[in-house]
Amino acid sequence: MQEYFNLLWTDYTLRTITLGTAVLGAICGMLGSFAVLRKESLLGDAISHAALPGIALAFLITGAKDSGTLLLGALVSGLIGTFWIRGITSKTHLKSDTALGLILSIFFGFGMLLLTFIQKQPNANQAGLDKYLFGQAATLVESDVKLMIIVIGISLFVMLLFWKEFKILLFDADYTKTLGFNTKFIDVLITFLIVLAIVLGLQTVGVVLMSAILLAPAAASRQWTNNLGTMVLLSALIGAFSGVFGTAISASQNNLSTGPVIVLVAGAFVLFSFIFSPKRGLLFREIRFRKNRTDLKLMKTLQFMYGIAQDHENISHPHAIRILNNFQGYTRDSLKKLEHEGWISIDGQQWAMTPKGYKQAQEMYNQQKK
Amino acid sequence: MENQSLAVQIDDLTVAYNYKPVLWDIDLSVPEGVLMAIVGPNGAGKSTLIKAILGIIKPIAGTISIFGKPYAKQRKLVAYVPQKGSVDWDFPTTALDVVMMGTYGSLGWIKRPGQKEKKIALESMEKVGMLPYKNRQISQLSGGQQQRVFLARALAQDASIYFMDEPFQGVDATTEIAIINILKELRKAGKTVVVVHHDLQTVPEYFDWVTFLNVKKIATGPVKDIFNDDNLTKTYGINYKVAVNK
Repeated sequence: MQEYFNLLWTDYTLRTITLGTAVLGAICGMLGSFAVLRKESLLGDAISHAALPGIALAFLITGAKDSGTLLLGALVSGLIGTFWIRGITSKTHLKSDTALGLILSIFFGFGMLLLTFIQKQPNANQAGLDKYLFGQAATLVESDVKLMIIVIGISLFVMLLFWKEFKILLFDADYTKTLGFNTKFIDVLITFLIVLAIVLGLQTVGVVLMSAILLAPAAASRQWTNNLGTMVLLSALIGAFSGVFGTAISASQNNLSTGPVIVLVAGAFVLFSFIFSPKRGLLFREIRFRKNRTDLKLMKTLQFMYGIAQDHENISHPHAIRILNNFQGYTRDSLKKLEHEGWISIDGQQWAMTPKGYKQAQEMYNQQKK
Repeated sequence: MENQSLAVQIDDLTVAYNYKPVLWDIDLSVPEGVLMAIVGPNGAGKSTLIKAILGIIKPIAGTISIFGKPYAKQRKLVAYVPQKGSVDWDFPTTALDVVMMGTYGSLGWIKRPGQKEKKIALESMEKVGMLPYKNRQISQLSGGQQQRVFLARALAQDASIYFMDEPFQGVDATTEIAIINILKELRKAGKTVVVVHHDLQTVPEYFDWVTFLNVKKIATGPVKDIFNDDNLTKTYGINYKVAVNK
């Protein structure tokens, strides 16, 4: 790894690839947030698969193999796929998951058919199209990276310009319509940017894994923040970091395929976030859950004691611990905790309520009566 | 009555999702300044009627006008409170931010909300008693509080007509009282309020105008004149008493 970072300063190719995957991760993370919040996570998967026949057709028609031409083909067929999905969902009774599945497999099937057809062609120029299936970061050249930087610039500009419109549409589309906004326009704009991001990533990550790089950073960043702006920014950072880190691992480990490594790094972010995020993470949720249960048990015990103490003139009259046997849920531990809080005092086999504990229980009792 | 101007006028409105009409040939006039309930059984088209008026759903036939002009020209006079369940409350934003959305319509495209919009939003939150929760993440609010946030968002629109889709659904008693007080205040200020309502028992207490709807319009008019067994039976069928006592 150390070696990789040294190389980064000297090796031009590696620098290009690293910059490319970083920018790609950032675009995808940024726009992926919108896909996740719109609950259209699977749309990304459908779009990337739908882009494949476009790549093959662009090659068949122009004979060119430069990524610009092929990605333009991918963009067109990705957009067609997207609007067909929208069309199927709105014009028929089919649900969106069915529409997504249909378009995904039909377009992908057609794309594979074209690829095998191209491979059977006699001219030698056909090799290399299959890199779009799983991606090959090593083929990134300076012009590709420049294109990515232009696209991220445009996306950023559009996003900042229409931030308010994006936000309200994502939260409440019907309401947005009643305010007089052209929701169709905003919708097409968001979708177009998402398609653009996906198409850009095909060369690096490939058709099959593309949706992961779109969704993973967003899913991870959602765990850490409740603010849309922060979520988008964090998601872009996670995406960029996954790109750089993934490239570093793949370059330093016998050239492991870069796309899958990037996806796995992003996946690690998701896993870490799901477990360790303070507010939404599983770990802290479990801890809070347990603590609440223990607190409740403690309060129940205190209230039971309150019931007994009430019957005596002196509230701090000592009672045998044995009495508590009638009450399910007390333990030696909970007694110690109650004593620690200063609510009871324990003397050998006897306990007595302190005035402080009595007051606490009384307040609780009144609260419940409300 | 004759010289009272009409807030909403609907002629021959028909709406269908597929083949079956949801609303059939509705004629309805809502006078300015009334607090009107739309009542009817499930599937009667109550929400659809509001959505058609607001242009969310395209009708098959019919004309709708707000103060004599088409809705598209009168948007700034109209505010909307959708059903609480229609949005994802886990969306990453705060209560104040949602209320601010009420000012987006008058802002128009691209322009960002500023101090003026924030002030409007805060005042609206104050009116519904949600000011202490302004920075709360919306998923951390109770159902009643979420409903009040929606109400505040509509208040921030500062409209003349308010359409509300079941604002009392699933809210606690405190919120119900808070909402009805605001509705009555709106009426006092001369606003028109149209509410899709489920609880028949509270109709005479809360509203002064009522529309009975069950795909067709059954009746519309002052509560004291038309809220009777005859219309309830026509709307809900012979078992309407079950609906009343629910």
